[in-house]
This record gives sequence, C-alpha cells and structure tokens, in this order.
Amino acid sequence: MVELVVFLLMGGASILGALTVIRARNPVYAAMGLLATLFSIGVLYVLNLAHFVAAVQIIVYAGAVMTLFLFVIMLIGVDKTEDLSETIPHQRRLAMALGLVGVGIAIALVARGRFSWVPVVSVLADPQATNGTVEAIAEPLFGEWVLAFEATALLLTIAAAGAIALASHRRPGAGLEQGTGVN
Amino acid sequence: MNFVVTPGWYMTLAAILFGIGALGIMVRRNALVMFMCIELMLNAVNLTFIAAGRALGNLDGQLAVFFVLVVAAAEVVVGLAIIVAIFRLRQTASVDDLTEMKG
Repeated sequence: MVELVVFLLMGGASILGALTVIRARNPVYAAMGLLATLFSIGVLYVLNLAHFVAAVQIIVYAGAVMTLFLFVIMLIGVDKTEDLSETIPHQRRLAMALGLVGVGIAIALVARGRFSWVPVVSVLADPQATNGTVEAIAEPLFGEWVLAFEATALLLTIAAAGAIALASHRRPGAGLEQGTGVN
Repeated sequence: MNFVVTPGWYMTLAAILFGIGALGIMVRRNALVMFMCIELMLNAVNLTFIAAGRALGNLDGQLAVFFVLVVAAAEVVVGLAIIVAIFRLRQTASVDDLTEMKG
C-alpha cells in the first residue's frame, strides 16, 4: 500500500515535471521541471531497492548536471523567452500523433504481452538478490564489469578534455605567448 | 483492495516519460530545452532498466543504469560546451537559425 501511494505521488510529479520541460517558455522553468522529474525518478529507484543508484541519481543528475544546465542558461541569457510559435505546418499535430502512437504501443506491450518474464507479483522470493547496496553494486562492478568501468573512466577524461578544447577560445591576435611553456 | 505495484507499472510510467521527451525533441527549437528532453528520455530508459532488473531478480539492471549515468554526464559536458561555442559564434541557441549546410 505504501509503495502504491509513493508510486502515484512520484509518478504524477515526474509527469508534471516532464510536461513543464516541454511547455515552459523560460528555460529556467524547464530546468526546474526537469529537476522535479529527476528527483521523483530517484525516489522510484529507492522503491525498487536501487539505493546506491538513487543516491548517484540525486548527486550526479539533480546536483551536477542541473547545476551545469542552469549555469549555461544563465550564460546564454535567461531573459530571452523563446517564441513557441510553429513555423513548419502541421508539425505540432504530427508530433503529438507520433508520440501518442509510440506511447500507446509501449503501454500495450507492457499491459498485454507482460513480457512473459515480468512476474505478476512484484515482491520477489528473495528481495536480497536485488538489494542494490554499495557492496552489492561494487562486487560485479569491479569484478565482471571492470573493463567497462575503465572504459567509462577513459570516456570521462576524453569528455573533460573535449569540453576544454571546445570552450577555450583565443582571440586571433593573441598568439601563443600563454601556455607554450617556453621562456 | 490490495494493489501491488508490478514492474509493468514502472515501465508504463517510463514509456509515458519517454514519449513526453520525444515530443519535446520534435516540438521545441531551443537547443538547451532539446538537450533537457534527451536527459528526460535517458531517465525514462533508466527507470525501465531498474524495473526490469528487479523483475529478473539480479543487479544487472542497476549496473546498466550506473553506466548510462556516467555516459550521460560526459554527454552533457560536451553537448553544453558545443551549445556555448555556437552561441558565442551566432548569438542564438535556436536550432532553426543554424542553416549553413542548406543547399
């Protein structure tokens, strides 16, 4: 019963936040809506016993990524409200129809097909098997999946270097006095 | 009256969130908001991973979500840097104004 109440509350909050993202004129409101969605999805992770992933979700997404988003919004200019009028004819209606068809197919698959491996009862025989504590996540992460872990570490390093390369800009006349290391 | 929240419910919610994100990609023109819609879709898929992992009774779903989180963080860093670079060049964040490759 508790799970049902929390699911309905957080599911509603996440859908409201998602609608705010696509409807808000001001990008800051869109970012706030996204924050609400990310936070409620984090709560849903806890409902599914994914404790560690929920903590990472709050820290990385609701913390770091949203800060970055807000920083860029402030940098680009918050006062510019976007013109939401549509330039392509029928674009909005076609997009709505396509989205509804996609969601309808997905829900029909979940509801009718049951994916056959989804058990009818959500409470498993051994809840301990899916209890995502730090120890339980770390053991396969640094054992079976250690190569993928190292690859993501490399990816993060490359992404940081790429962001610096993209963001740094020298004025054309500035030359190379700075950063050559030659005196 | 004893409702049990099955993994199918979470997957249905994830499908709705994914649909809203896809709709936002198709409708909005601001590059930043389109980026937020991508994050929305990534999170919907993550929720599916978690629900499926619980249904299957192992931790692989949660590990997949962990890796998706890392890749999404890297993607946000590079994507926002590109948006800032374009803004510095063109003074706009609207994707409609980027028409250099139009024939």
